[in-house]
Amino acid sequence: MSRQEVVKSLSQVKQKEMIGRNYDRITGGTVKVSSTFVPGNLNELLMCFDIANNLPEINAIQNAMRKKSGEMIAEAERSGHSEDVCTYVKADIGMMAKGNIAPNGKPFPDPDVLLLSYTGCFTFMKWFELLREQYKCPTVMLHVPYAADGEPTKNMRDYIVKQLKEDVIPVLEKVSGVKFDIDRLREYLRKSAIAENDLVWMLESSKHKPSPVDCYFGGVYYMGPIFTAFRGTDEAIEYYKLLRAEIEERIAQGLCAQSPDGDIPEENYRLVVEGPPNWTSFRDFWRMFSEAGAVVVASSYTKVGGVYDYDGFRHDPDHPLETLADYCLGVYTNRNLPTRVDMLARNIVEYDADGLLVNSIKSCNSFSAGQLVMMREIEKITGKPGAFIETDLVDPRYFSAANVKNRLESYFQMIDQKRRAGGSAAASGA
Amino acid sequence: MSTRPVGEIVAACEEIFEDLSFAKAREWKAAVPGRKVIGYMPVYVPREIVHAAGMLPLGILGGGADMEVIHGDAFYQSYICRIPRSTIEMAINGKLDFVDGMMFPSICDVIRNLSGIWKLLFKEKYVRYFDAPQNFRAEVGGVFYANEMRELRDGLAKLGGREITDDDIRRSIAVYNENRRWVNRVYDFRADFPWKAPSAEVYLLMRAGMVLPPGEHTALMREYLAAAEAANRPMRDNCRVVLTGAFCEQPPLSLIKSLEMSGCYIVDDDLLLVSRWLLTDVPTEGDPIGNLSRAFLLHSAETAAKYEPDIARKGSYLIDSVRKRKADGVIFAAPSFCDPALLDKPMIISRIEPLGIPYIHIQYAENSSQMQPIREQSGTFADSIKLWSAS
Ligand code: SF4
Ligand code: SF4
Repeated sequence: MSRQEVVKSLSQVKQKEMIGRNYDRITGGTVKVSSTFVPGNLNELLMCFDIANNLPEINAIQNAMRKKSGEMIAEAERSGHSEDVCTYVKADIGMMAKGNIAPNGKPFPDPDVLLLSYTGCFTFMKWFELLREQYKCPTVMLHVPYAADGEPTKNMRDYIVKQLKEDVIPVLEKVSGVKFDIDRLREYLRKSAIAENDLVWMLESSKHKPSPVDCYFGGVYYMGPIFTAFRGTDEAIEYYKLLRAEIEERIAQGLCAQSPDGDIPEENYRLVVEGPPNWTSFRDFWRMFSEAGAVVVASSYTKVGGVYDYDGFRHDPDHPLETLADYCLGVYTNRNLPTRVDMLARNIVEYDADGLLVNSIKSCNSFSAGQLVMMREIEKITGKPGAFIETDLVDPRYFSAANVKNRLESYFQMIDQKRRAGGSAAASGA
Repeated sequence: MSTRPVGEIVAACEEIFEDLSFAKAREWKAAVPGRKVIGYMPVYVPREIVHAAGMLPLGILGGGADMEVIHGDAFYQSYICRIPRSTIEMAINGKLDFVDGMMFPSICDVIRNLSGIWKLLFKEKYVRYFDAPQNFRAEVGGVFYANEMRELRDGLAKLGGREITDDDIRRSIAVYNENRRWVNRVYDFRADFPWKAPSAEVYLLMRAGMVLPPGEHTALMREYLAAAEAANRPMRDNCRVVLTGAFCEQPPLSLIKSLEMSGCYIVDDDLLLVSRWLLTDVPTEGDPIGNLSRAFLLHSAETAAKYEPDIARKGSYLIDSVRKRKADGVIFAAPSFCDPALLDKPMIISRIEPLGIPYIHIQYAENSSQMQPIREQSGTFADSIKLWSAS
């Protein structure tokens, strides 16, 4: 089937440029480079030391989308890694073994520092211990306690702030040769908050019917700048302004969300999705939704780097270190299951969704362990049906297109039946 | 003291091990009105504080080899290890109905999220996710950890309806110091005379310590040691191995037996690390919470659940153990789907390989039933070790 040529919007062009430039910066050899993780990353702090931020999860995603991750994972398994463990780690280790080439075709430099910010996932710790074996570079751990009772405590916040002051900042100063300037941090944080306001506006724009955006498949692009190397920059502010203007325009025109092939003609289903997407067949996966007119109006994955909409968090330049602590503590997977249930159930109600779809990722215990219970709880609270599919992030062996498609089709039928029984109209006609 | 023969002691331990309804703990609770039981999962919680509250710390280590899991599979996907699903199964089947609260230590995302499941499903129970520091500096991680323990103390005091004083904790520290000394004596004895203290017996003895009050467990270990020393058992031509990695989900007892039957004496292990987590006595003078905190920071076992800030020290616990126990080799045994254990293993292997320490790796689930391949693998391992040492 021939696909219509999709014209890139200005925000998409800008984002592509930003990402390209960042890879050139990382591989250019002129700045110090830190490897660190997406959730709760400390981009503004790294910027205070002129250190570039390289995120191995993003590299794994890039490799998966280019269909390279399968071979990398195989390479890691050949070198002794178990089939059972997180495939992001193996994709990263396999990438090193295969020359560590960045998406711009140039080799990644060895990191000058590993910033092991350990938020929302234990595997991060093992991952960077493994990278430390390879690079033997300074490694600094930021341990973020789990917000097990739903709210971060003062003890947790104090612990993080102390680690920042006594461990993280001194190491970054030493690696970079740049003295820490708290006012410089404040300035970046102020910029973060501006972009964050527009990001939240974007997330909430899907309350419109039809939704002008898809907050899962589209969402992973929209959240890119804020969760990677751009939070705290003017570029991120501009990107989100541009995006906002585009979405406003889409709302004015009454357009539905986009698919890989252009605008969806009609919105038939509104879903909330829990769990990361599959990256190896990302577009095919997306099409399974868009071809049925299914739009994701909210997803937990767009909160993986940090949660801004649920309890109104914004970076606060007046309390620079404390705000970094709160940011780390608040990432989606660092919140307890009852909070995750509440967040998703509220999304279903507030975004008037038809139900919850869980994409359970084989690799990721942090997301996946407990999702079946979450789904049942959310069904109970909202009265809306849930569905469960299983894939993997970057391991092509665990994406079975036929299975996923079947499950989705049955789910859409179930929603139809529920509607008929309840006498309500299709989403776009409501 | 008249001691029972070793077989009788072990049989009593085995009964405790097999009893998934925890009759012993139920009896303890029923003996005095108002008593409370706090369950804890692997790998470490400061049991001293629970004990100081007058409560029984009860180790919950999954459903073991024979328990049928029916409901638990509706809670966990197939690619998640077995311990959370069998633990949920036990809770749903009422086996834990007498347990007043549960503690979930910070060892991995699965146990972490299980704490949330508990909150969702058993709303009336006390649930404590217990975070331990990954920063080991006194003024940073130490302060955090001491405060976490104070929160635990306050939570348990509320649950129990009585204050937990510093003296209560000091007394409990002394009780656990004593318990740990005897645990270490049993381990030392087994390393010296592995034919007199088979690993399956030592394991059952330690498992009893997950259920019995610490004082009773200490008495049991004393009795066992006396009986095992007196027993006349034949020494076999086995090689000596350290078993490592089995730190959370427990292997079936048949696996431990299989290793020994195939020719490997286990001379050290990290199976039930909670009872050996602290490596020295905790001082009984001064601030008890501060003392527990310092012991954790400075003198606690290395395991995959802990960050090792010093790359040079990675895996040193195993090398030290191989040397101290005069082991010939290492058997890595990891639960299937266990990220911490499985991701740690290649790093540890890279430390022992250059030293020429032979090793093998096996993977298991608590309900693995096929022991033949494991017996063959460890049997070949034992043979090859004997061959090398003979040449
Ligand atoms: S377990 Fe999940 S959150 Fe952790 S590194 Fe893997 S994919 Fe990321
Ligand atoms: S066996 Fe491993 S993955 Fe499973 S709960 Fe225990 S530590 Fe976590």
